[in-house]
Amino acid sequence: MTGADRPILELDEVSAAYGPYRALFGVSFSVARGAVVALLGPNGAGKSTVARVASGLVPASSGSVRVDGRDVAGEPAWRIARFGLAHVPEGRGVFDSLSVEENLVLSFQRRGGRGQISASLAQAYERFPLLKERRQDRAGTLSGGQQRLLSLAKVLVVPPKVLIVDELSLGLAPGVVDDVYAGLADVRRKGTALVVVEQQVDRALALASSAVVLERGTVAYYGPPSGARAAVEEVVDRRARGRAQAASS
Amino acid sequence: MEQLLGFAVPGVPYGCAYAVFAVGLVLTYQTTGVFNVGYGAQAYVSAFIFAWLVDDHAWPTWAAFVCAVVIVGPGLGLALDRFLFRRIPSSNTTAKIVTGLSLLVGIPALLPVVFGNQNLVGAPSIVFNPDTVYFHLGADVPVNGIYLSAVLLTVVMLVVLVLLLRTTRLGLEMRAAVESPRLLELEGVNARRVTATAWAVCGLMAGLAGVLLAPTEVTVQAQDYVTLMVAAIAAAAIAALRSMPVAAVVAVLIGVLSLTAQGYLPTSSFWYSAALPAFPFLVLVGALLFVPGLRHLDEATDPLSSVDPPPPPPAARVRGREVDRLVRTVYLALLFAFVVSMLTWMPPTWETVLNQGMAYSLVFLSVTLLTGTAGQLSLAQATLAGIAAFTAGQLANHLGLDFLVGGAVGAVAASVVAGMLALASLRLRGLGLALMTLAAALLFDVAIFPAQAVSGGTGGITLEPRWLPLDLFAPNGHAYFLVVLLVLVICAGGVALVQRGTVGRFLAAMRGSELGAAGIGVNLPWQRVLAFALSGALAGVGGALLAIQQTVIAPGEFNYQLSLAFVVIVVTTGVGTVEGAIQAGIGLVVVQQLMQYAPQRLQGLTFVLFALGALAYAAHPEGVVELEKRRWTERAERALARRHRAPATPAVTGRP
Repeated sequence: MTGADRPILELDEVSAAYGPYRALFGVSFSVARGAVVALLGPNGAGKSTVARVASGLVPASSGSVRVDGRDVAGEPAWRIARFGLAHVPEGRGVFDSLSVEENLVLSFQRRGGRGQISASLAQAYERFPLLKERRQDRAGTLSGGQQRLLSLAKVLVVPPKVLIVDELSLGLAPGVVDDVYAGLADVRRKGTALVVVEQQVDRALALASSAVVLERGTVAYYGPPSGARAAVEEVVDRRARGRAQAASS
Repeated sequence: MEQLLGFAVPGVPYGCAYAVFAVGLVLTYQTTGVFNVGYGAQAYVSAFIFAWLVDDHAWPTWAAFVCAVVIVGPGLGLALDRFLFRRIPSSNTTAKIVTGLSLLVGIPALLPVVFGNQNLVGAPSIVFNPDTVYFHLGADVPVNGIYLSAVLLTVVMLVVLVLLLRTTRLGLEMRAAVESPRLLELEGVNARRVTATAWAVCGLMAGLAGVLLAPTEVTVQAQDYVTLMVAAIAAAAIAALRSMPVAAVVAVLIGVLSLTAQGYLPTSSFWYSAALPAFPFLVLVGALLFVPGLRHLDEATDPLSSVDPPPPPPAARVRGREVDRLVRTVYLALLFAFVVSMLTWMPPTWETVLNQGMAYSLVFLSVTLLTGTAGQLSLAQATLAGIAAFTAGQLANHLGLDFLVGGAVGAVAASVVAGMLALASLRLRGLGLALMTLAAALLFDVAIFPAQAVSGGTGGITLEPRWLPLDLFAPNGHAYFLVVLLVLVICAGGVALVQRGTVGRFLAAMRGSELGAAGIGVNLPWQRVLAFALSGALAGVGGALLAIQQTVIAPGEFNYQLSLAFVVIVVTTGVGTVEGAIQAGIGLVVVQQLMQYAPQRLQGLTFVLFALGALAYAAHPEGVVELEKRRWTERAERALARRHRAPATPAVTGRP
């Protein structure tokens, strides 16, 4: 497999743990260039851990992670980021103590190159006028949704090779969610592959080219988006039955 | 006007010295997230090496400068990062303060061990010749090289650092790394290297400051650098640890105002003897009370902190019933053996030493309660002990009150002072609270304890046998031992009960999360005042008993450095448990006594040892001794499990 048909991100039998607490057990899937993978599953299934292992925040205890064909298991997060993988973490993903503009500059100066900073800034402000309004304010004074917007603006303006977004629409106003999905479709057209962790299952599946459903740290379903809905319901159902059993025994 | 200038101008070099350190403190805080009180010690190292190379080894000035400032300064900064601060999670404010403190205590003690006791006179000046008068201000206020060097250094350093921090890519990345190294790594930046660079820059600045300020004093002494830090801390606090120019201006003002006031005030007045030395601390207290930025220090938390695995439980929690019974039996047996030995064969020297250790344990229990249980860091515990000792001494002196009764009254007084201190600092937490208690300790050190009415001057109060009941003074009697043992057992049991009871749970909740504790209905201000008051009482009881043992209550016995050392020592052995305090007390005196047999040169090692222990605190917040205990407990559990041929409970619990 060479060049264009090589997947941009591949996880092969990946396991991971937080100290003594194990979170992933042999997770495998791959993301083709320009593809969109929806990562689904109930709370605690390991979605965020998959994102963190891919970006190097949590080391894989076994298995391999390949970005653009290069094995990155054991590499520090900053090197993986330079290979072209961007990870927008769940919740707050901005520096509270820096201003909105400093947050953007910090991101653009590494990923876009120094000469591009002012052009990228102008583009970000044009697309998200709210950020322009608040550009001198400390990012910590923004609301949760606005902070989310700021962390997405960084990656939507300078698209990486592969983008992992954790809990994409959580905390965003419905109108803003539409904007963000439009932005994602846009970067996808520019060739960015996407991994989307999403609560709004239907919305993610509409964008996705394939889906992965996780259940207690293992892959319960991996295939086209059409079958994912049923798989998610099955997993949730199984969990509810397990709870009911635990409660009755 | 001429007179005013004459008084004010000599204040400028002092002000600039404060400013250089204040700017350094703000720089370190902004670029590494650590309020590094050890900065003064770093500067001292460079000044020491510089003077040592020039004086003792006749190196040319430039070579010594390169070695001391360009190599040792950043090297020390890098070493601090690599071996200490990198291991501390950014959210652990207590660990960061304690580590800085142990540097301030440990480094000046370590240098004589490495280089021998040196008396370094007259470090050479780098820029301007200190003795040449370059020009006159007004009619006849001379301006010599010291003034010019100080002003030049301050201005250049300030401009360079402001530019670095506010306009460069590196400056932006340094500030980002303080808040969340992980988030910075997601942007493709090697956060470790950025932080290491920040430490190297800070180390370079500290070294430069140390070497350039060395000629202002006659000899190169650690004490001068520690004193400088106090005014610098006050100035940095007014600037809310944020603005370097504000810190520099305030620092210069402190220097100039102090010297101007010193010129005008009559030397015999109270203002001259007490208020003037206390001036920087009053500024610090004022800043802590009224600068709003200080209430929100360390609030920016790492959004990716959930990536870290949760901390392991303490030893007592992982013990099974069988091991627990074993441990209790061993403890009881040890206690019994200890009491019997003390009453029968123990040589008098060691009996005295161990008695002292038990009295220290009482003071340390106050740290256990306040820092270990309630999570509040206080740097004034020795001061509280001193308050009780002096109260008891003066009551005995003037009213002829029994010293034990007086000690109890003194403990109440210490408790009241501690409670008031807590009330005054209700809006502060973490670093702010630590600084407030430090300011209080320093205030007592310079303004209150040395006063004639409190301590009878520097000589202190000498205890007279008639003040003491029960033959506590008798050379070979065991009365003192039995009294201290009784008090210690009561207090240790009391603290253990408090820890287990409702109050203890409230305090633990407050330690875990103030927001969460308030949410379940804990009255935070009241709990905090209560914790301080109880802790003050314990420290007071310990202080009074220590005073009996030392027979002289001198102001120097309860100074702030001792408070720093106390926290460092208790944190080493384990701040969470009652045993930790007792281990700390006994450990301190035993090590000190063993050091008596060591060569003169190694005398400083006691505090170095404990400082090293506290540095290990960075990696293991439960304390080194506590950590070892947990390991041994786990080993014992496994051995027992094997003996019973039951399958051992695996450490890995499988799926979450």
